[in-house]
Amino acid sequence: MSDTAWMRTEAMSDGWVSVVAGGVWTVAASRTLTEIASGLRLDGASGARLDVSEIERLDTAGVWILRGMMGDLQDAGIDVELQGVDAKHMPLFDLVEASEEKLGVSDPVSKGGILAFVARIGEGVFSTVSKAKGLLNFIGLFTLVLLRACKEPRRFRPKALVSQIEQTGLDALPIVGLLSFLIGVVLAYLMSDQFRQFGAEIFTVNLVGLSILREVGVLITAIMIAGRSGSAFTAQIGTMKVNEEVDAMGTLGLDPMEVLVLPRVLALMLTLPFLTFFADIMGVLGGAVMTILALDLTSAQFMTQLKQAVTLDDFMVGIVKAPVHAYIIAMVGCYEGLRVRQTAESVGLQTTTSVVESIFLVIVATAIFAIVFSFLGI
Amino acid sequence: MSSDPILRIRDIVTRFGPHTIHDGVSFDVERGEVIGVVGGSGTGKSVLLREVIGLLRPAGGSIELLGEDVWSMSPKERIALSTSFGVLFQDGALFSSLTVAENIQVPMREHLDIPPKMMDELAALKIAMVGLAPEAGGKLPSELSGGMRKRAGLARALALDPEIVFLDEPTAGLDPIGAAAFDQLVRDLQQSLGLTVYMVTHDLDSLATITDRIAALVDKQVRVGTMAEHMEDDHPWLHEYFHGPRARAVGG
Repeated sequence: MSDTAWMRTEAMSDGWVSVVAGGVWTVAASRTLTEIASGLRLDGASGARLDVSEIERLDTAGVWILRGMMGDLQDAGIDVELQGVDAKHMPLFDLVEASEEKLGVSDPVSKGGILAFVARIGEGVFSTVSKAKGLLNFIGLFTLVLLRACKEPRRFRPKALVSQIEQTGLDALPIVGLLSFLIGVVLAYLMSDQFRQFGAEIFTVNLVGLSILREVGVLITAIMIAGRSGSAFTAQIGTMKVNEEVDAMGTLGLDPMEVLVLPRVLALMLTLPFLTFFADIMGVLGGAVMTILALDLTSAQFMTQLKQAVTLDDFMVGIVKAPVHAYIIAMVGCYEGLRVRQTAESVGLQTTTSVVESIFLVIVATAIFAIVFSFLGI
Repeated sequence: MSSDPILRIRDIVTRFGPHTIHDGVSFDVERGEVIGVVGGSGTGKSVLLREVIGLLRPAGGSIELLGEDVWSMSPKERIALSTSFGVLFQDGALFSSLTVAENIQVPMREHLDIPPKMMDELAALKIAMVGLAPEAGGKLPSELSGGMRKRAGLARALALDPEIVFLDEPTAGLDPIGAAAFDQLVRDLQQSLGLTVYMVTHDLDSLATITDRIAALVDKQVRVGTMAEHMEDDHPWLHEYFHGPRARAVGG
């Protein structure tokens, strides 16, 4: 009794070869079996008697190898006789034989070479274009739903709206506040260090105030919210898509655009300006703490300097961007959520895409705003 | 039947909080038989299955699968044991990011050292064995119908040529023709591979056509017998089950 598979050959007087297989011919021994099978050389023999009576354990993998071996021998012009098949193994041979007729090993598509590279670029371009088209379509659809809702205000679904405002706005306050405060501290530290070289430390206050109110506050908030709420939108809607809840909505006469997308987009557009306002305050506060500590200013001096440095316009320049960013984040989040296919994997994939896309678009929008404002001289 | 059962369930007790689901469930599954497990909703058919395959620890009792106690072995031993049984979950539980062929190769890749070419061939063989078209191998589970997913799940359960397979409601959600075809497939494979089949089911047709014995979970206990024996049992639930309108339609 052995635990392994073995096979021995013995030439016989009539030009035939006796091949005796034995041991354990199961899937666990596949590597040994393939080596045995590929090592079989019967050059010059006119026929082979394959005796399997000493095989102790046999399964489909073993039968597959045996049959493969017999096929190879026959292809080489050698007659093969199978002998000594145990009665209890007969059905196994029948099953493999029957399955083999239906068999088709699908050829893997070869990928490689310069052609594949070009093909991938082409695919990428087409998918980007079609995605952009899809997003444009989605924006149009959303606008229609919004206009329809304006005619019939109950379609705004105040309950969903309020709950979304809570989740995207109120719940985000601590993290947004903390982050802005820290950014304010870092900015003030960096700038005070540089301005000190000119003896112009006091201008740290100007720069901290301006940069936070005009750019940093709103940008940091938008990026945080893209990571926090944009991804949540995609994951929530995507999971509903996987569970066919979105389809169920359609059959119940509910418009997913109206039920899922509208409250999320509106909620974010309402909350992001407030979050930005809060982030501005916290950022300036962080800057104040740092400048007061690092430059030995009093809080009154800080306030006076800040009042001279920033105007209402600077604050407005920051805050008007917030609803636009909110619109981008929420629309991308919902759009990617609705693009989820029916696999769990695609939820993760679209969520990543949604965050990357919305942050990218937010920064593009910031750049466009900067250009426009510089033309307008604000 | 041999005196060496492949699965020995002894005095299983299961509790969820204050609820006792099983109170001393004991039965054996012999090598090469098809046993159906039935019971009303909430009687713990699926729970018992999860206990047997090592997913849920029972509050008491012992389970011996292939001569080894499932709940007193080391994690390493349990992994070794997992190569000798296959499980078909209710909706196939195929890995959604892998193709059908890759799904079948998962256990081979994980536990055995098989040359890649051989693995492709074996996957194709299993796909043919369960009656799927060769093209199905390259498809993702989401591209298959429910019945095809079950067949693919069965192919994965059979990937390592296990001695016993556990089927959780294999015919649920299939149309009668598909269900009958699946029953036939299970029976054919069972006979040609010498499998033992442990099948949780509600399908009276399946019970009547392919099971050798039936284990019915009633009153937190189990009653094992052939279909004919159960028909004569005067327990109210069993009577209702095997003599209800649906059972009569099967011709019981």
